[in-house]
Amino acid sequence: MPEPTVIPTTLVSPASTAPPAPAAPLVLKSAAFRAEREASWRELEALVRAAGTRGAAALPPRDLARLPGLYRHAVSSLSVARAISLDRNALEYLESLCARAYLVVYGTRRHLRDAVGDFVLRRFPRAVRAHAPHVAVAAALLVLGGVTGFALTLADAERFYAFVSPEVAQNRGPTSSTDALRDVLYARKGAAEMLTSFAMFLFSHNARIGILAFAVGFAGGVPSALLVFANGLTLGAFAAVYHARGLSLELWAWLLPHGVTELLAIVLCGAAGLALGQALVFPGRDERLRSLAAHGREAAVIVTGAVGLLFVAGLVEGVFRQLVHAVPARYAVAAAFAILWAVYLARAGKERA
Amino acid sequence: MTLAPEERRREVVTPEGVPIRFTIAPAGDRVAALLLDLLLVLAIVLGMIVPLFWLAVRGAVAADVVFATFILAAFLVWTFYFAFFELSWAGQTPGKRKLGLRVVDSSGGALRAEAVLARNLTREAELLLPLLALSAGEAVFPGAPAIARLAAVAWLGVFGFLPLFNRDRLRVGDLLAGTVVVRQPGAALLEDLSAAPAAARAPDVSFTDAQLDVYGIYELQVLEQVLRQDGPARAAALDAVAAKIREKLGFEGAVAAEPFLRTFYAALRGRLEHRMLLGRRREDKHHTDR
Repeated sequence: MPEPTVIPTTLVSPASTAPPAPAAPLVLKSAAFRAEREASWRELEALVRAAGTRGAAALPPRDLARLPGLYRHAVSSLSVARAISLDRNALEYLESLCARAYLVVYGTRRHLRDAVGDFVLRRFPRAVRAHAPHVAVAAALLVLGGVTGFALTLADAERFYAFVSPEVAQNRGPTSSTDALRDVLYARKGAAEMLTSFAMFLFSHNARIGILAFAVGFAGGVPSALLVFANGLTLGAFAAVYHARGLSLELWAWLLPHGVTELLAIVLCGAAGLALGQALVFPGRDERLRSLAAHGREAAVIVTGAVGLLFVAGLVEGVFRQLVHAVPARYAVAAAFAILWAVYLARAGKERA
Repeated sequence: MTLAPEERRREVVTPEGVPIRFTIAPAGDRVAALLLDLLLVLAIVLGMIVPLFWLAVRGAVAADVVFATFILAAFLVWTFYFAFFELSWAGQTPGKRKLGLRVVDSSGGALRAEAVLARNLTREAELLLPLLALSAGEAVFPGAPAIARLAAVAWLGVFGFLPLFNRDRLRVGDLLAGTVVVRQPGAALLEDLSAAPAAARAPDVSFTDAQLDVYGIYELQVLEQVLRQDGPARAAALDAVAAKIREKLGFEGAVAAEPFLRTFYAALRGRLEHRMLLGRRREDKHHTDR
């Protein structure tokens, strides 16, 4: 600890040669302030260093109990020091000490495991409910795309190729034979060998598209709306081709068991993108960037949940659909999923009144 | 006598209502941290392939399971690597840690899980769309006239290179999450120069108010820097500064440079701090009281 300094008072005139009176020493207020508080700053510094990257969780209970008090003490020191001290080093030290302690005190607090449970049980369904209008608009866009694709392809089968890219079509189309079209609905021997990896491929592919639909929502939501609409077009075009051969019932039996979940996820991702677009274009009372940040976080919750839904859909699509061929069973599973998601999204995590 | 150029700062107001200033992470450091992380992702994925395929070749596990595990794991690692580390290491990934960077909430609250998810879900779009636009413009907007394609490429470029166009180096993900990437703060507490040991001071030197009012806070803090510096140039710098100040103050008296400067520093700081307490901050030597 440095000894308090005696500073010659500035009241001595240049003409006076008398030495400054040692009886009335003037220690700088800022130096005295620092001397008084330095020990607690050093203690906080040691705690922050011990916490390292693991945050407050790494501290033993005794230190953890000291942390909030020391942190508030340092923050108040910083406030006072800004008002009374001109010691640049001390100010910078305090600023950085407070910043580091702030990161320990206000870093992500919860354990990952708790966060995941809370997410599934509360955060995700709540975020979806809060965005019900966006979900409705995205669902309407999907249906609109589907109806448009269906009507246009039914009127002129050639349009199928405009709505469905060759990779998605996989040789199915208006020129395929009815038997070939039906075969796709009931995977024959051979295709059943790589079920799990096929499921995982579908999942990662769809999840990428879903995340993309959210990210491009940053451009005013328009690309998200287009993506959802285009998905509807593809679906409608397929439905038209199968409808023309009288295979509608079997097509939907093939599509819906996973489709219920998958289309829901696509609608949710689209809704998240729309919410972003709305936050950016119509920020309401908030500042634009603040509104974007607030809605972006909620939208990210929806998209993360949708990725989880797509995982379920991928499992159903890759495994169940290839193994179960009975049409009534397929419809039963589709209905079960529809009810499950409706109840989950409508009820889970609701505050009891 | 000039201070180091100010770095980009960003104030974050803590829940206690005290603004804390962070240094914005420079774009170069961000890119370096990203590249490190991408290398690590690649290493993890490669590290998974080898044992899995070894198992498959030996026939211990069915090829289907091996492929499925690989596809799923690669997707999860690529999509959630950043989010996982930023959540469990309080805003740092291995790359950010190496470069001394950190994600913080720009409005001063705790860094929440939603924010971490939001800033990392856009990462793929930000990285891949501009690359796609640059490498295969035709695929982005097939059949469009050249001018529309150019516009699409420019827009995707803006999407990816947004951090270069704003002061706080925010990328799209940061905007959506309300986060900002800052330098990990770190500074050491040095001795208080006004509390120097008696031997280092000139005992019988004093200054008048008029002499002390020549300089302001800026000059005081430059003097602090000069006194704190190390190295061979220190003595020469002290002599030059002392001579300049003596000339300016009209100070006469045989005192060595360092004790003189230390005493002057303490006296000047006392005077300026006293004025500051009375609400009369003197920013620099050009400042005039109105």
